[in-house]
Amino acid sequence: MTWINQIIQGVLLGGYYALIACGLSFLFSVMRIINLAHGSLAVLAAYALFWLADRFGVSPILGLVAVLPAMAILGWLLQKTILERSARSGRLVPVLSTFGLAIVIDNLLFQAYGADTRSLAPFVGSLSYDSFDLSDDVSLGTLALITFVTAVAMLGGLQLFLTRTPLGRAIRATAEDPDTVGLLGINAGRVNAVAMSIAMVTVGVAGFFMAVRATFAPYAGAAQLLFAFESAVIGGVGSLWGTLIGGIVLGVAQSLGAQLHPQGFLIAGHLTFLAVVLARLTLAARGGRLRAWIGGAR
Amino acid sequence: MSHPTTMLLTARDIHKRFGALVVLEGVDFSVAHDEAVGIVGPNGAGKTTLLSILSGAQPSSSGAVAYRERDVTTLDSAARCRLGIVRTHQIPRPFGGMTVFENVFVAAANGRCKRAEAYDRVVDALALCGMSEVANRRAETLGLLDRKRLELARALGADPGLLLLDEIGGGLTDAEASELVEAIQELRRRRIAVVWIEHIVHILLQVVDRLVCMDAGRVIADGEPRAVMADPAVVEAYLGGDVHGAA
Repeated sequence: MTWINQIIQGVLLGGYYALIACGLSFLFSVMRIINLAHGSLAVLAAYALFWLADRFGVSPILGLVAVLPAMAILGWLLQKTILERSARSGRLVPVLSTFGLAIVIDNLLFQAYGADTRSLAPFVGSLSYDSFDLSDDVSLGTLALITFVTAVAMLGGLQLFLTRTPLGRAIRATAEDPDTVGLLGINAGRVNAVAMSIAMVTVGVAGFFMAVRATFAPYAGAAQLLFAFESAVIGGVGSLWGTLIGGIVLGVAQSLGAQLHPQGFLIAGHLTFLAVVLARLTLAARGGRLRAWIGGAR
Repeated sequence: MSHPTTMLLTARDIHKRFGALVVLEGVDFSVAHDEAVGIVGPNGAGKTTLLSILSGAQPSSSGAVAYRERDVTTLDSAARCRLGIVRTHQIPRPFGGMTVFENVFVAAANGRCKRAEAYDRVVDALALCGMSEVANRRAETLGLLDRKRLELARALGADPGLLLLDEIGGGLTDAEASELVEAIQELRRRRIAVVWIEHIVHILLQVVDRLVCMDAGRVIADGEPRAVMADPAVVEAYLGGDVHGAA
């Protein structure tokens, strides 16, 4: 029963990883940009919520009403000022510029808030530790469940948005061939800015859950980026449902690892990530259908 | 050119240089309402570059382009497309990961019309190009003929007033090409003006009202198609060969 519990907890944890990986995966699939500032931007959103709660007594849930639009605007500005320019100079430059952006955000937060760890948990009542029992051995955290449902809703919503709506289709077409969409009357620059805004909203949501479920500090972004990255890669980069599966695989691996050994939590996650990458490389070398399948065809 | 106000599109004194390389040297080109114009000329004459400049995909080094009596010289390709100038590529560039329907839908729904209207236009464009059967296939699975058809259907989805076709018949068999000719003749009945670059002259002659021949960045002949093909300068441009076989 302990093992079943660990798997269930792992799945729920995976929902959280899928949530933080959502924006990363979306940006990669839409703009082929690997956003290394992803974790730092989530931490930034968390600090914005913390600031509202600490200074003005605004509940973080209410704070989202202000912070999510602010993240969307920030996304638009980042696209126009940094990403659009760097994307023109090849694939490596956006990686470097978002890495630089991460350093700037981390250090500005450190400057403003110091090294203290914070949490939004005190501002949401008992939500962060509420739970209910399924059986004697298995109990589910309310927050973990909400996180999981949010992840499924967000990834599913984005998937529907991309496949069903005119704007979503324009975003996919722009991802494939920005020059050709121009010839079809679509402003590729604007489409990409909208996509970046959407991605930043998901980052804001991720920042909220990160800050409610645990603590954060100015340099917490890198760890978030790492888990998001592993989830996205395990699930097949650029595939939204794959990202959900990737997050769950990572969460279950960590959870089982922790059961095997007190320090097995991170190791098991990283080893699973490496195993998936190696397996995929091996299959890629052989080519064939399996590769397309495991590589997460969109 | 004598009645510029009746012209749908007018390009004046277009120059295009890539560094020291001069591709277009003072090209004047115009299209009347409802007119179909063919452009022929040897490789490197500047035909595709002219089309790119008309569609806004490339800026000209100097010169001006007007569409429906409006100066569009500084507008980018997206803005010109929304006005009605739409082009197809010589090598089809479908959005491979999307279905045929979605490819055309992207063009149809670029913010100007309601979704139902866009759906109608997609269905119509697919029917006209004979692609209704393959509407739900991913574009990357299509063969060359279907890719060419999709290129045309997608341009139609964008609701063109002036359609710029770049060698859409290239690489097709005669039977396949005549299907394309039929589709394009239907466009003419719908009063869509067409500019068509094509090496296969006999296909072109079935459709166009007027033929323009370019060579080395200049227009060397412009007029009634058969007269242009018989023009000594045109024959010379094709290295003195039999023009109908020289493609």
